[in-house]
Amino acid sequence: MTDTSLNEMDAPARRPGVLARLRGNGLAMLGFALMLALGLLALAAPLLPLADPDITNVAARLQPPFSDGALLGTDQLGRDMLSRLVWGTRVSLAVGLVATLVATLIGAFIGLVAGYYGGRLDNILMRGIDMLMAFPYLLLALAIVAALGPGLLNAMFAIALVNIPFFARAVRGATVSLTGREFVDAARLCGLSGPRIIGSELLPNVMPIIVITMSTTLGWMVLETAGLSFLGLGAQPPQADLGSMLGDGRKLILTAPYVATLPGLVILFLVVGTNLLGDGLRDILDPRLKAGQLSRPVAATAAAPPAARRPDDETEASAPGLLALRALRTHFEVGEETYKAVNGVTFDVSAGEAVAIVGESGSGKTVMAMSILGLVATPPGRIVGGQVLYGGEDMVGAPLPRLQDIRGDRIAYIFQDPLTTLNPLIPVGEQVAESIRRHRGIGRQEARDRVLALFEAVQIPDAAARLDAYPHELSGGQRQRVGIAMALANDPEVLIADEPTTALDVTTQAQILKLLDRLRREQGAALLFITHDFGVVSELCDRVIVMYAGQMVESGTVAQVFAAPRHPYTRRLMACVPVLGSPERALDAIPGLPPPVNRLPKGCAFAPRCDRALPSCRSGEIALRPVAPDHLARCIRAEEEA
Amino acid sequence: MLSYIAHRLLLTIPVLFGITVMVFLVISLIPGDPATAILGSYATPENVAKLNKDLGLDRPLPLQYLAWLGGVLGGDFGRSYSLNRPVIDEVLERFGPTLILASAALFLCVLFGVAAGVVAAVKQYGWQDKLVTLIVLIGISTPSFFLGIMMILWFAVRLKWFPTGGMYELFGDEGLLDLLHHLVLPAFSLAVVATGVVARLTRSNMLEVLRQDYVRTARAKGLREGAVIYRHALKNALVNIIPVIGVQAGFVLGGAVYIESVFQWPGIGRMLVTAISTRDILLVQGGVLVVAASYVMLNLVADVLQALLDPRVKV
Repeated sequence: MTDTSLNEMDAPARRPGVLARLRGNGLAMLGFALMLALGLLALAAPLLPLADPDITNVAARLQPPFSDGALLGTDQLGRDMLSRLVWGTRVSLAVGLVATLVATLIGAFIGLVAGYYGGRLDNILMRGIDMLMAFPYLLLALAIVAALGPGLLNAMFAIALVNIPFFARAVRGATVSLTGREFVDAARLCGLSGPRIIGSELLPNVMPIIVITMSTTLGWMVLETAGLSFLGLGAQPPQADLGSMLGDGRKLILTAPYVATLPGLVILFLVVGTNLLGDGLRDILDPRLKAGQLSRPVAATAAAPPAARRPDDETEASAPGLLALRALRTHFEVGEETYKAVNGVTFDVSAGEAVAIVGESGSGKTVMAMSILGLVATPPGRIVGGQVLYGGEDMVGAPLPRLQDIRGDRIAYIFQDPLTTLNPLIPVGEQVAESIRRHRGIGRQEARDRVLALFEAVQIPDAAARLDAYPHELSGGQRQRVGIAMALANDPEVLIADEPTTALDVTTQAQILKLLDRLRREQGAALLFITHDFGVVSELCDRVIVMYAGQMVESGTVAQVFAAPRHPYTRRLMACVPVLGSPERALDAIPGLPPPVNRLPKGCAFAPRCDRALPSCRSGEIALRPVAPDHLARCIRAEEEA
Repeated sequence: MLSYIAHRLLLTIPVLFGITVMVFLVISLIPGDPATAILGSYATPENVAKLNKDLGLDRPLPLQYLAWLGGVLGGDFGRSYSLNRPVIDEVLERFGPTLILASAALFLCVLFGVAAGVVAAVKQYGWQDKLVTLIVLIGISTPSFFLGIMMILWFAVRLKWFPTGGMYELFGDEGLLDLLHHLVLPAFSLAVVATGVVARLTRSNMLEVLRQDYVRTARAKGLREGAVIYRHALKNALVNIIPVIGVQAGFVLGGAVYIESVFQWPGIGRMLVTAISTRDILLVQGGVLVVAASYVMLNLVADVLQALLDPRVKV
């Protein structure tokens, strides 16, 4: 367990609202109510007006439920079922609780001592724990009962013993990571003894772990002690717990099924109750373990209906190029907040053209690129407005099969980090072949031959041998060559490269960019090149689009923008680029941060960081307007000289 | 891969060794004189002395252990007093049925657990997800011995679809169909808890994997959702699920004790319960040792499967 995870874990525990948050969890509350009801019933058993559970009355044996004087009937000896159930619950619950306490005390002690002292003591203790874990769960308990002899107390100890490892392991893990922290060192320097440190410094901090383990194992211990009684190895007559009642009743399953069913149901309720409560407590005390709270992205980004997305007339009027974005808006809706990641982007890419999208992290350029073929994660992403026209056809909200036909075939992506974007368990050659076979429907061998040719084209050394390599066996540069091969596999018309070289070292960067440029020219593919680095733009691209806070702030040909940038943000970005051979040039970082896209300022989003901002910059929406033919800027002072 | 298997096999030796120590030490837990405890208070002094000598209890503990271990390695687990036959013969005879029952339950738990987990993850927050979550909750909370009794009540007694217990029809031909017919109820009863655990784990692992970048890459290639989920996501999720299935094998082997008792299944579990009631310690030792060793081996198989699936696992 790492330090950070512990921080995350014990921070909420210190907040006063554990009970309050438990109240917010319906299922946990149901479990709590079940446990409370059964617990109170068990506690109050001697006070309740119940028949004596052990008084037999053979004349009134096997009375069915709802008969006179016996609400839940009587068993084979005429004993009152209701009374026996309440008293049996009392025994089962008590035994389960005591077993849990015993396991907690011993297990937590072992875990604390092993974790704090470490070294050989740790080794010996934990190897012993491993030995306990090497047995199938119940079997060791059986062996112990075999040695000690059947009986409720022995069964309880046996069950406690086999649960010790769960506590010892969890507590040791937490203790080890705590022992390295400053407050423990400080206590040691103050001269506190080991036992004092364990008791006063470590124990309170591992308490959440102990509570979680208790709440998740209590149900098991109730169930397993009942199980041993069921087998006749636990409670011995006349003493009865729910397990032994079930065991006795099972012989009557043909004639009086309720005698077995009722205690079984009570065990079920007890265990459901502890499990619900345990899950709830665990979610609150240790959010890391909260299973399944993650959302998984669906196959395509959700989109608003076409009517709601229709852009204004002026943008629609222009004849679309090969790929055209029209007033595209992609938002993330998280709770009450709306993050306007892409906030009205319009541009065209013609066949064979290379367009650079430049901006800082968080400017919305990646989300914009992923929106083109619906690859933004939903939830929380949603395309709320605009269109993506490919050959005049709207890709936003297109049927999934149509989208899948375009993806990887006509429009292909190259992603940023090839280590996480390649599947670690599938050989790289197969990952590329998969794309070809999907779109071309060719055979395995033919696809493999094509991949080999691609690998040679992207200059992977010893390409034939690399076909069967796994991603982790390749260098970063080679992995990105695989990524490029995958994108080029079906001769796409549009390549979308999202910072394809950011994760690579500088010399590899240059090689990859050269390769990408050459291959896409050979194939005649258009390129949408996303980068934060103005330095590489002029070598690769015909046009530049600068994005800030989800909007385009400037666009023009590379020559125009480089010669006369019109937006202050563009100028600042260009000033960030180191120029080879001019080491004396000061690199100007842009002061401040981009605005959070859920709280965009009124007016120009860049105004808070702009040294030329006027009061009118902050008053209203600034339009993107032409400042020269094919050159747009979103700045009211665009015509002024820098 | 062979070197990995060899390495893993070597690692199991100390574990197996530790298991023999634990099983041996169980005898020393017996309060008072073990021989008297085993033979009962009416045993003649001669018999007590003979048993003490048989068990080697007149020697120091480490020597006792070595002598016992020597016997175990040679297949000599001692003699069952209640059955009056060598422990090893009885244990081996009972091991087959337990293995059949446990394998069937493990098969069911993997099949249904993984399938339910995948469906729940893919349809997150949908009705399928809620249904799976509810079934999982009830599944992991249901005592298998209670479930077994209810299965007998409904599917054997009331509906008469399956027999109430046993492994074969009396005087039958002991054929495969007969075995399967008898296997359905106990295997399902035994599988339920493990299925719940596997389903829950599969769901959370699938949700985690479906968020990964390589799943987006698979979608960017235009792969259909079936290929994305089963070829790309499930394969990665299984890497984390397989070791847990290995652990579940332990719960299944332990739970078999209940199920064999409920369904009169002639396996080691039922043998153990009888042996404990008759205080036949040597029989208990032998049974526990064999089942624990097979659990270690099952975990070894799980590790090897994981290594086969994940090329990053190296010795």
